[in-house]
Amino acid sequence: MRLELTNNANCAVAKLNGELDEGCVKEVREKIDRFIAGNSFGQFVFDFAGVSFMDSTGIGMLLGRYKNLKQLGIPIYISNARGHVDFILSTAGIYTIMRKIS
Amino acid sequence: MNEFKLKLLSKIGNESFARSCVSAFCLELNPTLEEINDVKTAVSEAVTNCIVHAYNSQEGKYIDLSVRIEDGKVEIIIEDEGCGIEDVEQAVQPFYTTKPDQERSGMGFTLIKTFMDKVDIISQKDKGTKVIMQKEFKKE
Repeated sequence: MRLELTNNANCAVAKLNGELDEGCVKEVREKIDRFIAGNSFGQFVFDFAGVSFMDSTGIGMLLGRYKNLKQLGIPIYISNARGHVDFILSTAGIYTIMRKIS
Repeated sequence: MNEFKLKLLSKIGNESFARSCVSAFCLELNPTLEEINDVKTAVSEAVTNCIVHAYNSQEGKYIDLSVRIEDGKVEIIIEDEGCGIEDVEQAVQPFYTTKPDQERSGMGFTLIKTFMDKVDIISQKDKGTKVIMQKEFKKE
């Protein structure tokens, strides 16, 4: 899993690349949390374009970030989730708390 | 008919190896990409459960995988000798987790049941858990 974090025009973007599972989730979580602590922005986007596989471990990671950012009043958006990954996000109800954008 | 068995250490990262092995083995049944992803997810969930829950992230324990394909169907058995599940019915409820502090979603068994045709969970406290799942690949 490769993770790119950028902050432009008040919008933070976490670009995920690879397979999101137990093997990498701890590192992903820590990197994102460090980034959130060190940056200022008004919205947060998870870009799933490069994610080829995800299981429920990824759902747990998203819910955790949602909890933290909600306290700061920052909305989360999901972009470019395809096929299987999109189906899992939808099954887990993620789109009811994070809006899908294109 | 074809079959393989695999004994795997309860090491984080082995869930990736397990799902790759099982999906590669299923290729002779000409599954669609979607069917392969269903199987990959179910295996990933079940093996992660063994590592994180059954063995509580303790390395050095073993997970047994047994995969059998016959008549366009795959049967996958994933077994551990971990802590077991006291109440299976509760464990399979969506969003139920025993580890909310670890940001667990509680969606593991829900996804397994979503992606596989038939799932049986046999568990005994302090003895271990056996998950038996089946899927039929559609013929074109």
